[in-house]
Amino acid sequence: MAETATPAETANVDHVRAARRSPGQHLAEAFASGSVPGTVTLTEIPYQTMVGIRVDRESDGGARVASLTGGLPAACGEVTGAGSINSLWLGPAEFLVVAPEEAHDSLCGSLVADLTAALGSDPGQVVDLSANRTTYELSGSRARAVLEKTCSLDLHPRVFKAGTALATELAHIPVLLWKTGEESYRVFPRASFADFLGRWILDAMREYASPEVP
Amino acid sequence: MLLISCPNCGPRDETEFHYGGQAHIAYPENPNDLSDREWAEYLFYRENTKGTFAERWVHSTGCRQWFNMLRDTVSYDIHAIYAMGQPRPDYPADQASAPGLAPGAATPASSATTPTSSEGV
Repeated sequence: MAETATPAETANVDHVRAARRSPGQHLAEAFASGSVPGTVTLTEIPYQTMVGIRVDRESDGGARVASLTGGLPAACGEVTGAGSINSLWLGPAEFLVVAPEEAHDSLCGSLVADLTAALGSDPGQVVDLSANRTTYELSGSRARAVLEKTCSLDLHPRVFKAGTALATELAHIPVLLWKTGEESYRVFPRASFADFLGRWILDAMREYASPEVP
Repeated sequence: MLLISCPNCGPRDETEFHYGGQAHIAYPENPNDLSDREWAEYLFYRENTKGTFAERWVHSTGCRQWFNMLRDTVSYDIHAIYAMGQPRPDYPADQASAPGLAPGAATPASSATTPTSSEGV
């Protein structure tokens, strides 16, 4: 829709982009200097569009929502969707849709409005949660080792496969942990915990910048 | 730390859960008919069981769903995990009748015999 935006809409989008601050923005330099390319890197993916959905996935409203999101996950750990819009399982009737920032209504997208219209007046809810959480991407051959310092889940690839997402705790704070690739994880902390968790992960990464002690 | 098997998410650390107190306490059918004492007993009086105890838990950092659990308050063994609304499973039948242990499903009526010495607690 961006190509059909009027000048007024473009000005509004520029205004929105200039006004916002991401929860981990002030750590960007620390993330860059603390990352060890090829071993473990940490970056923030700010401003992703996130929509909380509560609906019975077997109902008509659930089917309409699922047709927009590319399906709704059926069990713990499942992630559905293809391409840029994915849905994470949070509970038997609770899901989180994650999409790039361009999908948000304030940036000339229409994801939230479309989902709200799809649910209609059926039982359930569609809530824009984009500002609720930020996204940290931890990747590299040591990414799992960093997470294993604090995560009590079994992160071995035999158990925790790429393409699954679990709600759990890292450093005693609740997060969503989504394994997007064999050596790539996305961590979704709430905005108020983003500073703490960012610094915690940086500290956990520090040993991999030094030569290995034989 | 307890390792609790959430019915939705599988085994997770106890820190992901919150405790919900004694299970199987039904809301009174006619709350307006209760005396102040009976209402207070419904609200506040709970078993203090040594042994197998039925309690509610919620997986607050995971799926946010409630469930019931049969747990031994001495050994911390988890004997059963079952859905909300299901009756308490019989476990182990011989201990449930032992003196000093809680009845299977305490109702406000049965707790009316609570000794008066605990009044005001």
